[in-house]
Amino acid sequence: MTKLPRWADVVLVPLICLLIAFVFCGLLIAAIGQNPWVALTSMIQGSLGTQSGWGYTLFYATNFLLTGLGVSIAFHASLFNIGGEGQATLGGLGVAVACLFIPWPHWSLALLGSITLSALFGALWALIPAWLQAKRGSHIVITTMMFNFIAYALISYLLVNVLRPEGAMDPATARFDKAFNLPKLADIFGVMGIPFSKAPPANIMLFVALALAVATWALLWHTRLGYAIRAFGKQEKAAVYAGISPVRITLYALLLSGGISGLMAVNAVQGGAHRLVMNSVEGAGFIGIAVALMGRNHPFGIVLASLLFGFLFQGGAQLAMASDPVTGEQLKIPREVITVLQALVILFTGALPYMVQRPLEKLFARGGR
Amino acid sequence: MDLTAILQILESTIRMSTPLLFACLAGLYSERAGVIDMGLEGKMLAAAFAGAAAAAVTGSAAAGVLAGIGAALILSAIHGLASITFRGNQLISGVAINFFASGLTIVLGASWFGQGGQTPALSEGRLAQTPLLDLFGIEDSPLLELFLGHGTLVYVALAAVPFTWWLLYRTRFGLRLRAVGENPAAVDTAGVSVAQLRYAAVGITAVLCGLAGVYMSMGLNTSFQREMTAGRGYIALAALIFAKWKPVPALGACLLFGFLDAISIRFQNIDLNGIGIPVVIPGQFTNALPFILTVIILAGFVGKAIPPRAGGEPYVKER
Repeated sequence: MTKLPRWADVVLVPLICLLIAFVFCGLLIAAIGQNPWVALTSMIQGSLGTQSGWGYTLFYATNFLLTGLGVSIAFHASLFNIGGEGQATLGGLGVAVACLFIPWPHWSLALLGSITLSALFGALWALIPAWLQAKRGSHIVITTMMFNFIAYALISYLLVNVLRPEGAMDPATARFDKAFNLPKLADIFGVMGIPFSKAPPANIMLFVALALAVATWALLWHTRLGYAIRAFGKQEKAAVYAGISPVRITLYALLLSGGISGLMAVNAVQGGAHRLVMNSVEGAGFIGIAVALMGRNHPFGIVLASLLFGFLFQGGAQLAMASDPVTGEQLKIPREVITVLQALVILFTGALPYMVQRPLEKLFARGGR
Repeated sequence: MDLTAILQILESTIRMSTPLLFACLAGLYSERAGVIDMGLEGKMLAAAFAGAAAAAVTGSAAAGVLAGIGAALILSAIHGLASITFRGNQLISGVAINFFASGLTIVLGASWFGQGGQTPALSEGRLAQTPLLDLFGIEDSPLLELFLGHGTLVYVALAAVPFTWWLLYRTRFGLRLRAVGENPAAVDTAGVSVAQLRYAAVGITAVLCGLAGVYMSMGLNTSFQREMTAGRGYIALAALIFAKWKPVPALGACLLFGFLDAISIRFQNIDLNGIGIPVVIPGQFTNALPFILTVIILAGFVGKAIPPRAGGEPYVKER
């Protein structure tokens, strides 16, 4: 069997998958009687056309970068953690605890505190599924999925009965102290003398997430633990023969995965809403799966894929408000088109890679002769 | 709590258990054949939408049921293609199908009916609610109503349990189906096609998921609402594990989880002060209980749940 050249496998295959997904969504938009080209241009205008659009795109991309990194670490150990949603929900609880109950003297300390607690809570939420996988062989996909539901129930209970301030109607915590607000991109760029829109919530967590992407890369390819995780994921028996403990690696990989997913809440809760609300994760845990698959499980690819999904998420939100530039009529395209696109990206990159790879292999074999 | 209230809860239990039972048996066929199906939720949702939409347009319940099953079959075909033919990752395929159904039902519903993803309320296209009571002309009594007062699909679901048991354990097809989930190589050696068997299983799964979906949108409710399955596909999956992949225990698990559903619909919180225990069980706990119980089962504290051995692995013929 011929192998694809590396660049084709790494770059071409995800791009073709993305193209198929885009074409399908274009056809879907055409099928409901709308113009796909207008939809695409208004998405680009809404997400990349203005500073504020960019800001939101980067804000969402930060969420997806963190959950994507979380999913990918588990993937490297051949573990499919679909509990990012629940782990990030619990991470939100960690942020709320840090910001509501501890009187930090400065936002930077509050940031450190909420990073620590959100990662801790996220990791703890992955602990039981991880332990069940490592010790009992219960499938991680099933258990993490169930822990998502348990997390919703837990947070809903806490927000309604415990954390809701007296007299408030909606199930949410009180607003965090203004002093704990994270510096926005506008503040950071302002120091450098670059003007930037103050509206979007994109904040310092963008740089924390990027640093974490580098750290993840270093961990996976330049440390003993990273080597053990990858070896365990590639060939469990060989890894065990080489003295790698499957129980320990399963636990480490999933705790790291849950912890990083939990960090997402610092961006969304402390950076965005400034209080913990129901559904603070907004599906970012699931989008992380698409991001990790699309980015081929490599931190660099995941950075690019999270930008792509940040663009799609923000563009999709704009889609609901956009109007036709020629007729001025309101476009009637629900933002859930993006959910379909996300599903197709997951389907083609994660479940049907052979469908794209095989014809490509034939093509390259013919071209190589 | 008086007798009427208890009867009402039990009746509601049977109604809420029905979609779970259909979906749980659906998962059973697929997983016993070695194809893990995380996409039960998506197939139910798609079927619920297609059924309610077709019934609303045509005014015929039969057309709705067929459309619902058809939608589930299409999604199952994608899952089969990914996990049997292209030997992809079954778990990822199932997750993708759930998102696909979640997005597509809203996009199509919103643009076809203009009600934000909801379908128009059914009047004539609703699933016939001809209870057996009326059929036999028996006069109403609350107790008889509990057993005989439901629509047809409830009894179809209940009958599917012994039928599945018979099919799995007493027929040649059932033996092969179970074998292909445990040791596909042996089935292949015997000259039986692994792919064909698995596609057959995935097809049965689709039909049952279709029934689960149309029961929700055309029987329990009178229209499709966005995300109306609300995690029931996952609860069915939990029930399947709880029942250790066996049909008769599946009935028990679905009745238990349906009971929890019925309880949480009736009571926000359960106040045990009335029976002398100073505890109030929050509604959220009741909602999470199916998952908590299944995790406990998975932990192996109450008898170990062992899945079919070849589950999740695509079969590759040796060369």
